[in-house]
Amino acid sequence: MAEATPIPGGIGQSIGRKEDARFIRGKGNYVDDVNLPGMLFMDVVRSPYAHAKITGLRKDAALKVPGVLAVITGADLAAAKLAWMPTLMSDTQMVLPTDTVMFQGQEVAAVVGVDRYAAADGVAAVEVDYEPLPVVVDPFKALQPDAPVLRTDKGKKDNHIWHWEVGDKAGTEAALKASAVVVTEKLYIPRIHVSSIETCGCVASVDVSGKLTVWMTTQAPHAIRTVFALVSGLPENNIRIISPDIGGGFGGKVPVYPGYVIAVVAALTTGKPVKWIEDRTGNLTADSFARDYHIEAEIGADKNGKVTALRVKTLADHGYTDAAANPSKFPAGLFHIITGSYPFSKAFVEVDAAYTNKPPGGIAYRCSFRVTEAVFAIERLMDNLAHKMNLDPAELRMRNFIPPEAFPYTSALGWTYDSGNYAGALKKAMDTIGYDALRKEQAEKRKRGELMGIGISSFTEIVGAGPSKTFDILGIKMFDSAEVRIHPTGKVIARFGTKSQGQGHETTYAQILAEELGIPVDGISVEEGDTDTAPYGLGTYASRSTPTAGAAAAVAARKIREKGAKIAAHLLEVSPNDIEWKDHKFQVKGVPEKSKTMADVAFAAYTNHPQGMEAGLEAVDYYDPPNMTYPFGSYICVVDIDKETGQVKVRRFVAIDDCGTIINPMIVDGQIHGGLTMGFAPAMLEEIPYDEQGNSRAPSFLEYLLPTAVETPKWETGKTVTPSPHHPLGAKGVGESATVGAPAAIANAVIDALQPYGVTNIDIPISAHKVWRAIHGADAH
Amino acid sequence: MYPPSFDYYAPTSVDEAVRLLDQHQGEAKVLAGGQSLIGMLKLRLAQPGALIDINRIPDLSYVREDATFLRIGAMTRINELHASDAVKARYGVLFDATAEIADPTVRNWGTVGGNAVHGDPGNDLPACFLALDAEYQAQGPKGSRTIAARKFYTDSFTNVLAPNEIVTEIHVPKAAAGSGSAYSKMERKVGDFATAAVAVTVTLAANGSVAKAGIGLTNVGPTALYAAQASDALVGKTGTATDLGTVGDLAAKAASPVADNRGPVDFKQDMIRVWTRRTVTRAIARAKGGS
Repeated sequence: MAEATPIPGGIGQSIGRKEDARFIRGKGNYVDDVNLPGMLFMDVVRSPYAHAKITGLRKDAALKVPGVLAVITGADLAAAKLAWMPTLMSDTQMVLPTDTVMFQGQEVAAVVGVDRYAAADGVAAVEVDYEPLPVVVDPFKALQPDAPVLRTDKGKKDNHIWHWEVGDKAGTEAALKASAVVVTEKLYIPRIHVSSIETCGCVASVDVSGKLTVWMTTQAPHAIRTVFALVSGLPENNIRIISPDIGGGFGGKVPVYPGYVIAVVAALTTGKPVKWIEDRTGNLTADSFARDYHIEAEIGADKNGKVTALRVKTLADHGYTDAAANPSKFPAGLFHIITGSYPFSKAFVEVDAAYTNKPPGGIAYRCSFRVTEAVFAIERLMDNLAHKMNLDPAELRMRNFIPPEAFPYTSALGWTYDSGNYAGALKKAMDTIGYDALRKEQAEKRKRGELMGIGISSFTEIVGAGPSKTFDILGIKMFDSAEVRIHPTGKVIARFGTKSQGQGHETTYAQILAEELGIPVDGISVEEGDTDTAPYGLGTYASRSTPTAGAAAAVAARKIREKGAKIAAHLLEVSPNDIEWKDHKFQVKGVPEKSKTMADVAFAAYTNHPQGMEAGLEAVDYYDPPNMTYPFGSYICVVDIDKETGQVKVRRFVAIDDCGTIINPMIVDGQIHGGLTMGFAPAMLEEIPYDEQGNSRAPSFLEYLLPTAVETPKWETGKTVTPSPHHPLGAKGVGESATVGAPAAIANAVIDALQPYGVTNIDIPISAHKVWRAIHGADAH
Repeated sequence: MYPPSFDYYAPTSVDEAVRLLDQHQGEAKVLAGGQSLIGMLKLRLAQPGALIDINRIPDLSYVREDATFLRIGAMTRINELHASDAVKARYGVLFDATAEIADPTVRNWGTVGGNAVHGDPGNDLPACFLALDAEYQAQGPKGSRTIAARKFYTDSFTNVLAPNEIVTEIHVPKAAAGSGSAYSKMERKVGDFATAAVAVTVTLAANGSVAKAGIGLTNVGPTALYAAQASDALVGKTGTATDLGTVGDLAAKAASPVADNRGPVDFKQDMIRVWTRRTVTRAIARAKGGS
């Protein structure tokens, strides 16, 4: 039988993105584009100290600044019981302080003025007296008995937040003892920031009926509405959260920041709409950071290099409050995916969290809940094991990979991987880059004293949170939703509980519906981000949209097809049992010329539906995934190092990704390009260091180094396709694979290059001076 | 990121600008390309009472080579200097540096005079003008004077200009036959200030040895630095490995960097050593007719 004609814009087609018409022309509608009549502007006073007692705060001078209408302080909020708010991890966070500031850059007061200049002048005129207190910057020192206790407000006697562990402690210890080879390494994954190009902000407005509308930079509008309702006591139907176009989220727009809450209070106080748009320094110094994991990892192997056991001890620096955005049951996120692509029979992971005088967090920076940390550790250790055993790192991985026939595979730490072909991806990466020739070149260069390195990362991701039995945020289960309505002329408006921040949902979801409904993609509109209209969902982060809401789209479309079949049967005057969905049409079984399109059926649903049947053609699905999806891939990076200066040049980078069924190859490729760049950035450039007084040493883009197109390597991407057996379309999430997988490949390449010096680790970001030190030693010149 | 209020003036002649500076007694800042000043205003690091915008003064933007000097108008945009045929052919150090200052947008707006005078030790052109032994022509209420670049910088953001003086032109001694120059900038990423950068000018004698040399250093001291001993040591040399070692060591000795996110002190000193060697080699190659 001839291949059916593909539906225009169906699954697998690289169609242009629907949203690009407005984005490319500068016609996006972001929060800062929202302008309401009479709108006021809010700016924030921030603490210059990392830890200080506030001994005085005077508004008078600020209130005298022309155009300043209000100054809001912690005392004002305390009167309304809003000085503190819960974090997503059930810790507590100050909205505004009443007595103590806990990090440099913390919000101390807010000023509302008639324009941005008046508000900024007002900020400069607020007088605050600080009495500096001892500062705790290092999380290891924070846990020492003599450390100043930061959270006395919680009745804490020390700075320890929580301990979390998983796995077989005794079994792992025994297996490590019995291993022929054991490799240990301390790895610091530094504090970094998502630095989306659009900073955070909102416009809060209360109408005469008391309904609050907040246009807001949020990745999770529905969850935010519920949190607002619970914290403020306002009825949930009187709160409308609108996420308009979002200029990048990457996990940084999941939490509720003090600025949002203060702006709402300001709107309620002044009776006028209030806009707050954070500046870059506010964004970099106060909004949630990511990473900041001090990891000590050990792996054991037998004499043939077959891995035996993995033990990981980690200290997490959370700043002054645990404001991570992990699923509630997992305080360290999904860090226990750390056994990676290898069949460790024993594993044990423990994580302790500490308070320090730094901004709260840590959220996921495009890392699928601490998966970057996990992948970085295991992939770095695998390379170190290879070097120690004098084995080729590719060969070591090939000897160890979980084989394709072992799926579904349950890891030592309890995850059930859905599908994979790890050796297939690495083989393809090696063929693409010309691995053997590169190793030959490296050997020749080493003889001449030149430094060239090859690094591999064969990562396993875990995305699509998540099954309701284990995944919730503040008790709300992590399903996601689609509401699909076909209108009389066969055109579709579909709404989702997720919220795109640049991922291309308007296109990807429309393509899923085009394929499942047999309606050309141009006739399908996708809407998200308005809590008054969209079905409830947990939002977009951790690569969950296609695994959850994408699945919901497919399931809702299939529900529509069930009803559609009955209408088609009515139109074709046959029994519904005689109708099959084939070639994107309702056909009478065995009689393909007798068929009805979805458009025919839609028209009938409103004009000629069967007696006794409800009119209309629509369906809603709240999709509870049966399992996570486990995308994977193999990356190979080649670096050349300038021996005299320590400068590292990424010469080549091949990325082979497998995210199962691909909806739009161009969008997936774009996600991977962006993800690789966001993996390169922390590997080579990004970090927020603090000095001993707790001053941020990267409070602007002068010091927080985002890569430009000049530094960014040329990415060579490719794919294998191993569908997920449980996702309705076989798709897995792909938004973060590259961010998760790339850093280890780059770091491994640098360490590989430095083998002549016996180097086993350089902490990322791998700046020139660190490489220079590794080469030249402490007493260089 | 919003500056406090200030008075704004847009004079149309140098005399008028000088008069305004004189009237404001040190409370005014001159706005040229604005690439440093606007940022400082937005961060409220600079809070001048008056801003004197000199962008409407005609005839301050030019690159002319005459019998004695390459004359650069103070308001010449950095990219205009880069586009000059004379610069490309005979002033390699300026050609290199003007390709590496910040990013293309900054180079389109930023001016040669502003970059030279602002006084951030991370500005790239001062080291070039130190190496080239350039002079700055400044105009004040009592007329104009010329100041040697090597005597201009006193500390970070501080120089010998009086509060009522304004730099109008930069004089670079005309490139002699057998001269060559180069600038090397080590940076963490495009747009960053230098981790270390080195400007080198040489003029070769008939026998191929260096007859005259100048070495300037960027961002390894409170101001751009003229490495006098290293420059003198290069005279009479031909650029052998031993020569380069000596000169590199002396240049490193001249540097007084501070530790920051770009690296520790010993690393930065070594980078001056390495980049001095490499840049001297390039300058000599250019003097011999290479590109």
